[in-house]
Amino acid sequence: MTQRPPARIAVLLAGVAALLLAGCSASSQHVTTLEFWTVGPEGEAFAQLLPEFEQANPDIDVRVQRIPLTAAHEKLLTAYAGDSLPDVVQIGNTWIAEFAALHALVPLQPRVAPSKVIHADDYFASAWATNVIDGTLYGIPWYIDTRLLFYRADLLRDAGFDTPPRNRAEWRAQMDAIRATSHGTRWGALLPTNEYDQLLALALQQHVPLLRDGDRYGNFGSAAFKRTLAFYADLFKRGDLPDWTNVQVGNPWQAFGRGEFVFYLSGPWNIGEFRKRLPASQQGEWSTAQLPGPNGPGDSVAYGSSLVILRHSKHQDAAWTLIEYLSRPDVQVRFYELLGDLPARRSAWESPALKGDPKLRAFRAQLEHMRPAPQVPEWEQIVNMMQQVAARAVAGELTVDEAAAQMDTQADAILAKRRWVLARQHAAIP
Amino acid sequence: MNRGTAAWLFLAPALLVLGVFFLLPVFAGLGLSLTDYDLYALADFHNLRFVGLANYWDLLHRPLFWAALGHTLYFVIVGVPLSMLCSLGTALLLNASAARFKPFFRTALFAPVVTTVVAVAVIWRYLFNTQFGVVNFVLTHLGISPIDWLGDPHWAMPMIILFAVWKNFGYNMIILLAGLQAIPADLYEAACIDGASAWQQFRQITLPALTPILLMVGILTVSGYFQLFAEPYVITEGGPLQSTVSVLYLMYDQGFKWWNMGTASAVAFLLFLVMFVATALMWRFGEGRESVA
Amino acid sequence: MKPRVHAWLVNGALASCTALVLFPLFWMLSVSFMQPGEANNLPPPMLPLHPTLANYRELFAHAGMGRYFANSLVISTSITLLSLACNTLAGYAFAKLHFAGRERMFGVLIGALVIPAQVAMLPLFLLLKYAGLINSYWAVILPAMASVFGIFLVRQYARGIPGELLEAARVDGAGELRIFIQVVLPLLKPILVTLAVFTFLVAWNDFMWPLIALTGQQHYTLPVGLASLSREHVQDSGLMMAGAVVTVVPVLALFLALQRYYLRGLLLGSVKG
Repeated sequence: MTQRPPARIAVLLAGVAALLLAGCSASSQHVTTLEFWTVGPEGEAFAQLLPEFEQANPDIDVRVQRIPLTAAHEKLLTAYAGDSLPDVVQIGNTWIAEFAALHALVPLQPRVAPSKVIHADDYFASAWATNVIDGTLYGIPWYIDTRLLFYRADLLRDAGFDTPPRNRAEWRAQMDAIRATSHGTRWGALLPTNEYDQLLALALQQHVPLLRDGDRYGNFGSAAFKRTLAFYADLFKRGDLPDWTNVQVGNPWQAFGRGEFVFYLSGPWNIGEFRKRLPASQQGEWSTAQLPGPNGPGDSVAYGSSLVILRHSKHQDAAWTLIEYLSRPDVQVRFYELLGDLPARRSAWESPALKGDPKLRAFRAQLEHMRPAPQVPEWEQIVNMMQQVAARAVAGELTVDEAAAQMDTQADAILAKRRWVLARQHAAIP
Repeated sequence: MNRGTAAWLFLAPALLVLGVFFLLPVFAGLGLSLTDYDLYALADFHNLRFVGLANYWDLLHRPLFWAALGHTLYFVIVGVPLSMLCSLGTALLLNASAARFKPFFRTALFAPVVTTVVAVAVIWRYLFNTQFGVVNFVLTHLGISPIDWLGDPHWAMPMIILFAVWKNFGYNMIILLAGLQAIPADLYEAACIDGASAWQQFRQITLPALTPILLMVGILTVSGYFQLFAEPYVITEGGPLQSTVSVLYLMYDQGFKWWNMGTASAVAFLLFLVMFVATALMWRFGEGRESVA
Repeated sequence: MKPRVHAWLVNGALASCTALVLFPLFWMLSVSFMQPGEANNLPPPMLPLHPTLANYRELFAHAGMGRYFANSLVISTSITLLSLACNTLAGYAFAKLHFAGRERMFGVLIGALVIPAQVAMLPLFLLLKYAGLINSYWAVILPAMASVFGIFLVRQYARGIPGELLEAARVDGAGELRIFIQVVLPLLKPILVTLAVFTFLVAWNDFMWPLIALTGQQHYTLPVGLASLSREHVQDSGLMMAGAVVTVVPVLALFLALQRYYLRGLLLGSVKG
C-alpha cells in the first residue's frame, strides 16, 4: 500500500500535465488561423458565410468568437490588459478612439490605398469619419447603426394617429393618448433606464457638444442638454415610459409583440429580430420612423461597427483579406438579409433587397441625419456615468439641474488624466 | 540531511507560492494604490504618476464609495445575525432528540453551501423575477402585492441578503451542531430535575456553552460577508440605481472594467482596514464577555 | 408539551425548512427540462409539460459548455493535486519538524488569513501579465498551489502523530523524506482525502479570480462561462438552468459521496485550535 500511491499519483500528474499542455498550445500548421471576435449576432451570421470565405481562401482558417454586447467593452479591455486580443475585431466606432489611444490598432490607410475592394468614397461620410482619429484611419466601417423609433402602427391607429410623430411635442402627445385610450394598460414607449443609447441620441439632436474645450471638460450643464434631460425625465414622470431596466423587461420582442408598449427606441438589428421572432401575421403591424427632434425630424447617433486589425496580430495580411471580404458590397447585402445590419457602403444600398424594403425607408432618411458621439478614450466611462445619473433623475432622486451638475463634476474627474496627457504632449511639441 | 534543512525544504514550495503569489502582491498593491495606474499607463508606462494618498483622498470624497460601504455594512449588519439565527435554529432542531432522519436533513440543509454561487445566483434571479417569478406568485396568492425585487432599489439588497443567508447558513449550522453535541447531557437532566423550563435551559446552559463558538463563527461570517461580490455581479450588476454596489464590486468595476487600478487598489486596502477594525472590535467584545462569564 | 406533539413540531419544522432550502435546486432541475420560454409564463410552472433535452443540447452544441466543463475539471484537479503536495509537506513540517522560529512563522501565516485575497488580485494580475501567463490555466493554478487553510488543517491533524514512530524511523537511519512518504503519509490519509475534497470544491466554485485572470473564452471555467452566458441569454431561462445544473451537479455529487470527510474537515478547521 505504501509503494503504490506514488506511482499512481505520477501517472495522474502526467495525464494532467498532458491536458494542460494541450490546452495551452495552439495548433500551427501551414494554414493561418485567424481569431475573429464578433459582438452580438454578427458572429452567427458570419458562421453561415464562413464556408464560402474558406473555400475562396483555403489557407486561412477563421475562428469566430461571439461576445455579448453588454460585456464587449469589458472583454476587449481585459483582453488588451491580458495580452490576449485576437487578430480582427468587430468594434463599435465609439470605442475606436479608446483603442487607438492604447496603441492597440493598426493604421489601415496604407492598405486601403491599393485595395480593389475598399474605396473610401463609397462609404457614408459620417461613418468613415468616425474611424479617423487625429488624421489616421484605424478601422473600416462594416455596418452602420443608429437609433430610431420602431412602432406598432396598428396600436398607434387605435390611439387615434395615422402617422408617427415628427417632433418631440407630437411624440409626447401621442404617448399620452396611448396611455389614456388603453386605460393605463399600455406604455407609450420602452426606453430601458440602464441603456444610454436613447438619451444620447436625443442629446445629440441639440447640436451643442456634450464635451467642451477640446473634449477636455464636461458640457452637460448647457441649456440644450438640460432641455433634453428634462424632456426625457418628464416622459417617465407623466407615465408614458415605464421605469424599467432591460433586466426587468425580460424579453423585449415578446413584449413588443404583445403590445405592452407602442414605441421602441432601438437599432437596425431589431429589423431582423422582429422578423424572426414575431409571427408572420404581425409583420405588417410594425414599422420604423425617424427620431423626432425638437422642431421636426431630428438627428440620431452615428453608431456603427468597424473592422480593425490589432497591432499584436501575427497574421495581418490574412486579417486584411478577411476585412476585404466582409467589405464587399454583395457580402454586406447578405448580412442585411440575414440580420438587418445596414451596410456602410452606398453601393450596397442600391441592391433591390435594400431599395425595396419599406421598413428601411426611415433608416435611409435617418442616415443623412447622424451625429457622432465625442471621440475621446474615456467616452464609454462618461456615457455610462451619464446614464447612471440620468436614471437617478428619472427616479426622482435628483432634479434636472442637480443631475446636469453632477454629470459635469464626474465627467471632469474622468477626464483629468486626459487633460494631463494632452498638456504633456502639448509641452513636448517645441 | 539534518532535520532543520529538511524542514525548510518541506516548507519551501508552500512558502514560495504564498510569498510570490500572495504576500508580494499585497505589498505591491499598497504601492499601486499610491499611483494613478490606469489605461493610459497600461498603454505606456511613462503615463504613470506617483500621487501619494490622492486616491484615498478622492475615494473618501466620492459619494459612490460611501454608498458602497453603506450597502456592504447593511449586508453585514442584517445578514450576519439573520444567518446565525437560521444556523442556530436549524442546529437546535437537528440536535433535538425527537428529530428523525437526521443525516438526511443535515445533508439537505447543508447542500446550498457546496453549490456554485454563480449557478444558484442565476436561479434566484429567475425565482425573484417581478413578472414570472415564483416568489411574487406566492406573494400575490397570500394577498401581498408583488414586489419589484430586481427593479426597486429598496428591495434588491434584501433579496441578496436572503440569498446569502440561504446559501451559507448550513456551514455554521454544522459547526454549531457539533458545539451543541459537545454539551454534556447530564447538565440538561439536572436542570430538568430542578424544574427549569426549556427556555431557561437554553439561556443558562446552551447559550453560555456556545458563546465561544458563536463568537468565532460570527467573526468568520462577518469577515466573509464583507467580501460580497459574486451576488451583485451576477444578479443585479450593481443595480438598480447602484443600490447593490458593494465595496468589492466597486473595486472590480474600477479595477477590471475601467482599469483605474490605482483607485481600485485603494478601495481594496480601505476594505481591509474596515474589516480589520470590525473583526478586532468583535474579538475584543468577545474577550470581554468571556472574562465576565 | 406532549412528546408526540413536540416530535411533530420538530420534524415538521425540519421538513419545511428542508423543502424551502431545496426548492430552488429542484426548480433549477425542472426548468432545465422545459421547452424554451415555457418558464416565462404565469402561473410559473413547476414541472415541464413535455420534458426535453433541447436546452442541454443547445448548451453543449452552441454555448460551448463542454469546453468550460473540461477547463474546470483540468484546473480543479491540478490545483487539488499540486496544493495537496505543497500543503501536506508544509503542514507536516509545522507539526512535527522542529526548527528555529517555527511557531512565530506559523503565527504570521495565520495572521495573513486576515488579509482578504482581493487586495492581492490587482497586482497579481499585473505580475502574471508581465510574465505572460494571463489567460492560461497557470494563471489560476499557480496562486492556488498553497493555502494557509490547507497548511493549518494538515498541521492540526499531523500533531496527533506519535513522535515515537518518527524517532524510531530516524534511529533506523531513514532520511526525512523517506519517513514522510513511508510513515507519515499513510497516517495522514484521512485528512488528505478531506483536504482534497475541500480544495476541489473550492477550486471548482471559485469565481472572482478566474473571472479576472481568464480573459479568453476558450479558457473559461464553468462559473465564469455561466456568468458570461447569463449576461447574453438573460431571457433563456431553460438554457441558463441547464447550465446551472451542469455546474452544480458535479460538486453536489462529490459532496454527497464524500460528505463524511468534508464535514470532518469543516469541523477540524473551525472548532479546534
